[in-house]
Formats: sequence, structure tokens, C-alpha cells
Amino acid sequence: MEKVSAVNNLFGKSVTAVKNFSSEEIRLVLDTAYKMKKIIRRGGEKKLSDLRGKSIVNLFYEPSTRTRTSFELAGKYLGADVVSINSGTSSIVKGESLRDTLRTIEAMGVDAIVMRHKAEGAADFATKVVAPIIINAGDGAHAHPSQALLDLFTIEQHKGQLAGLKVAIVGDILHSRVARSDVYAMTKMGMEVHLAGPKTLLPRFFEFDGVKVHEEIEDAIKNADVINVLRIQLERQQAGLFPSTREYARVFGINDARLKLAKDDVLILHPGPQNKGLEISSEVTYCERSAIQDQVQNGVAVRMALLDLTLNGGAK
Amino acid sequence: MTNQTWQFQNKFKSLLIRGGRVIDPANNFDGVADVLLVDGKIAEVKPEINFSAEKIFDATGKIVTPGLIDMHVHFREPGQEAKEDFLSGAKAAAAGGFTTVATMPNTSPVVDNAALVRAMVKRAEEVRLVNIKIIGAVTKGQLGQELAEMRDMIAAGAVAFSDDGHFDDNAKIFLNALDYLHDTGKLIICHEEETSLVKGGVMNEGKRSAILGLKGRPTVAEDIAVARDCLLAEYTGGRVHIAHISSARAVEIVRDAKKRGVKVTAEVTPQHLMMTEDLVNPVDASTKINPPLRTQKDCDACLAGLLDGTIDAIVTDHSPHAVEEKDREYIYAPSGFPGLETSVGVLFSELYHKGKIDLKTLISKMTAEPAKIFGLNAGTLSIDAPAEVTIIDPELVWTVDTKNFYTRGSHSPFVGRELKGKVVATIVRDNFMTLNH
Repeated sequence: MEKVSAVNNLFGKSVTAVKNFSSEEIRLVLDTAYKMKKIIRRGGEKKLSDLRGKSIVNLFYEPSTRTRTSFELAGKYLGADVVSINSGTSSIVKGESLRDTLRTIEAMGVDAIVMRHKAEGAADFATKVVAPIIINAGDGAHAHPSQALLDLFTIEQHKGQLAGLKVAIVGDILHSRVARSDVYAMTKMGMEVHLAGPKTLLPRFFEFDGVKVHEEIEDAIKNADVINVLRIQLERQQAGLFPSTREYARVFGINDARLKLAKDDVLILHPGPQNKGLEISSEVTYCERSAIQDQVQNGVAVRMALLDLTLNGGAK
Repeated sequence: MTNQTWQFQNKFKSLLIRGGRVIDPANNFDGVADVLLVDGKIAEVKPEINFSAEKIFDATGKIVTPGLIDMHVHFREPGQEAKEDFLSGAKAAAAGGFTTVATMPNTSPVVDNAALVRAMVKRAEEVRLVNIKIIGAVTKGQLGQELAEMRDMIAAGAVAFSDDGHFDDNAKIFLNALDYLHDTGKLIICHEEETSLVKGGVMNEGKRSAILGLKGRPTVAEDIAVARDCLLAEYTGGRVHIAHISSARAVEIVRDAKKRGVKVTAEVTPQHLMMTEDLVNPVDASTKINPPLRTQKDCDACLAGLLDGTIDAIVTDHSPHAVEEKDREYIYAPSGFPGLETSVGVLFSELYHKGKIDLKTLISKMTAEPAKIFGLNAGTLSIDAPAEVTIIDPELVWTVDTKNFYTRGSHSPFVGRELKGKVVATIVRDNFMTLNH
């Protein structure tokens, strides 16, 4: 996997949405992630010096376990100094505006800000406000580029290819930044994307080349090579978007019976955290076709790749 | 042209405006003529007036119209003066060619009683530059629960009523308001978006919101609200005025209601005539307005409605906010932008110069028609009418720049646009306000 990739156009650039990436740039991230994964898995000394002397701030306005931790570890494995800020324990609770918080962090001389925020467009807003590289770790229902890239990476590792594969993304498409990122990443890499969920959780007027929207889960997962199961937030039931978790699980949940419609070697993805027995059954989560644990490890590799390419030019 | 400053104080006894193209829709007049103003009134309108006036203005090549009227502005007094106050708002109005505006009551506190209406009428008299009319709330605190003391407010000078900013979901309260006002002839100006359908929404629900992941405000929310209020106007015989209409279907609903003789009128903003959801970019909240920017189909339907008389008036919905309020995350920024100073420029550039509307219709929607709807002694160049006149240079090219705004509002989606057509003078009674250029 020691391919020589194309020129790195990502150096010095912010990463706010995967829609801004060319397929060559996606390829470059994936190739770099292969190298990073080897380093994570080699045992013993993991720490590189690629980003020695660089500082990264994780600015998370929303709770997160895997994204925040994996960005933090990714930075540390690359030798950067990483600080994580939680909105609950910072000046944000004193009413500081996003602009001012960003400027404050900038003034401390950081090289990159990894940012998660409830507001769609928050990361793009940040790029207009401050100079450091902004890495979007999720902005509302808009984008989550590192998730889409790690989904691609996981699929390619298991399937040996991306182009031509049929992917079903099922569940709460309406509120999902993962779905809005995957559709760009996957179609750019030549994959066929099918979205499905109850109509209350599908965006109306969603038109996207290479993407089909289904109201029946079965239509989407039929002969799928990959199923990406999205998280269903329990608040959606209270908001009247579906009547009960029980009925959701019965009609739209991914379980063994439904899985039979997909290809025998279907790969199961889930961005986490899961609601077992709601959008996905325990059997499916832990079955051998599930790559959910791999996604977590790959998340670190892909985020290392993104940080290395944007901050260091991916020199190693 | 770099200098866009105005001179706001220039008193006169008599002013002769020479040689302009006078467009006075109220009197069905369009032709080159002189306009003579004496002692705060229109004295004469005819070619070649022979009068030794104190001041003479050469309006050759300019358009001379009755003072423009905007019955939908937010001047933020009392309580939100960081966004705007009566003086900054009045200057913005004058610089935009408006001689009469009406302020919406969604202030803090809400203008929902006679004492506040009187206080605001007094503030308007202090400021004077333009005529500021006061719109009172329909319900106490605009909460949609109990009727406000509207008859007391009429006695104190309120010209109309509105719970603008949101829809009155309680149909019974709204019906009561129409009945209660019935014999007064006062109308209710309605913000038409059914609340539950737009909750949390920040832009039009459509292709663009689906891609951006921003919560939508669907046209059907407006259509339902407009349909309900047309039906209630029909049922009660009351007067409903649809604020800032924006949906193609809503225009159809109003058209049908008018055909049935329902006492419904409607207004539209320049932005809803010419801007679409495609302009929404979540890094800049200047496009965030309610109702939201829709689609080209909706813009086209609004223009068609304006031309066929379904829509009676053009308003700006001038909604200034402080810089720091708008300069933030799209979903958290407040809705609205200041429109008084760009209205004539964008309407001339995008509609008149592109041949989409004739000048008489355009001017009528900003003078005679709103005057008729609101029962104002304004919007006409009839002899003895108040000396309220707007002079427009239709060819003047300028660029919208917040630096030149008199409003305290900053963010406007029109900022940066090069426009053709600008107000160069605004006359209110004995004051001849002019652009220095």
C-alpha cells in the first residue's frame, strides 16, 4: 500500500466538508491513512515527530466520545500538542460568541482547530473568522468529513475496492451530517448510494446525482454490499417523527432477518453510538460482517492522515 | 460615485421642482411637468410653472413621484435601540425616498396599549424627518392569547394592527380581532407562517435546505396561514392584509379570495421578488429572513401578482439588527435585514431596467395603493396634499455599502451589488432633504 500519491493539495487548507474534495484528494487521504494505520498497529512506539511543535485545539460544542478522542490521539500520535476544550467548562458558558472564542484560541498561536458545533456552517464560518486550519468534526446536520472518509477507508479495507459497490444508508437521513457527507464521498468514488428511512426522517426535495431515496428499507438494502446504519436519536420519537422505538425497530431496524436481503458478504457500518434494539440489533452489531469496531480504529488513522496532510504536507 | 451622504435639514417656504418626469398614479398622471410646493403643501403641478420660488431644483432627467410609503418597518423603539431607533430609522427612510413609514409593534415592551402608542406618536413628532405611523399589537404582548386594547390604541393614533413576527395560531382569537375591529375599518397585518410547521426553521424548505442540512420553513406553512386568514376575512367581513407574501400558492389563494370579494390586500418585499434560496450560505446570516427566500417560481408568481393587482403594495420589512447579532452562526442569528436604503435601487435595477415592470405600476405600489389601504392623506401630488415628494435619478449607478447606511442595521444580502437608480431628494413638508453627490 506504499503508493505514491498525487501532489498534496490539502496542505495548509481547512477541511470543512468532503464535498470540497476531489476524488484525487480523497484517494490521497485514504492512501495516507493506510500508512497511519500501520503505525498505530505496529505496537510499541507509536509517536511520530511529523507534527512536533504544532498545536491543535479540539473545540467541541457537542458531546462526543469517539470523534474527539480519536482526533486527540491522532494529533498526539503525530507529535502535536493537543488541547481539548469542552463547551461546558469554558467561557462559552459565560456567553462568549463563537467568533470571540475562535479569536481567543487563535491568539494563543494554534495551528489547527478541530471543531464540532450544533450550527450548520459553523466550521465554514470559522474559516472566515480566523487563520488557523479548521477541521470540521461535525456541524449540525451539514457535514462530518472525517466520518465519511473513515467510512470509505473501512469499506475499501474490507472490500478491496470502492467503485461499483452498492451502499445503503438507512435511518435518520434528515438530521444526519454523516449521510450528507457520505453521499458526496461515496458518489465521488463511483459508488451507488441508496438512502432509506421512514419518510418523516427523509429530507424532502433531496436531489443528488447517483443517489436514490427509498421509503422502504428493504428496497435500499436489497443486494447491498454495504449497509451504513445511522443512529436514531430518542428525541425524534418525542418530536413525533415515529410512534415508538418498538415499531421503528420492527419496520426499519437492521436485524438478521432483514440482513438476508443484502449480499452474503454485506459489510455493516454504524457511526455510533448505537441504540441496540432500535436501529440495529445486538446480533448485527457484533456479527462478523460488522466493521463497527474497525471504524473506530480507522477513525484514528484517517484523522492522522487529515492532520498530517493539512498541517505537515504529509511529508513522511 | 463615492459620496452617498445626505443633508437632512434644509427648510424652505417654496420650492419649484423643474422639468422632471412626474409620475403620480393617484391622479393617473405621467409626463414632464414642474411641481411647486408652498407652505408644506402641493401648490401646483403643470408644465412651465411661472413662480418665483425660494428654492429651485432642476429635475431634468429625474423622476418626480409622491413621497414613497412603506407600511412595514421595524424601528426597534422602545427597548432595542442598539438595532435602530426612530432617528436612525427616519434617516434611513429619508435616504431611501420614503416620506411615510409604519412601525411594527414587536418591540420590548410590545406596543400593545394606548400609553405606548401615544409615547411613540410623540417620538415620531420629535424626530419629524419623515412621517412615522404606529402599528399596534393585535394581542397583548403579541402572545395570541388576549385581545389588546385596540380601540384605545386607535384613539391614541394607531393606524393598523399586527402581531408581525409570527402567526396567530389561535383562530378564535384572530376571528375575534377581526370582528372587534370590523366597524373601525382598521386592518390586521398578518405574518403568515403556521407556527408548528416552521419551528426551528431558518430557510426555505427545499433543495438547498436538504443539501445544507438547515431546518426548513416550507411554503405550505405560509399557504395554510394565508388560506385560513382569507377564509376568516370572508367569514367575518373583516380586513386582512397579508404581510410579505412569498409563496406562489399563497399568491394564488389571495387572487382567488379577491375574486370572491374578500377584503384582503397583500404586500411583497423587494427581496421576495428577486432573491432565491440559492443565495443562502450558512457563513453569512444576511439572507436569513422570515418568511425565507423561496424559489424562482415563487419570485415569478409574486411579480405576476404585483402586476395583476393581487399584490397591492411593496414594503421593505426593514428589520435592522446589531452587527454582533447578525455576525454569527446562521441558526442563531436573528431574522431580517434593513431594506429602506436599498429598496428603490434594487427595484429599479432588477425590475424596471429589466423591463419587468412599468414605472407607473411600480410607483403606485409604493404610493397611491398603500395610502388607500391604510387611509392615509399621502401618496399623491393632488393640490393641497401634504408636500411629500421623492425625486429619483433612474440612471445613477451606485454600489451598496454598509458604510453609507444611515440605519444601524448592517447585514443585507444586497451589500456589494451595483445598482442603477437612486433617490436623490426627499421632501417632507417644509424640509428638502438631498443626496450630496
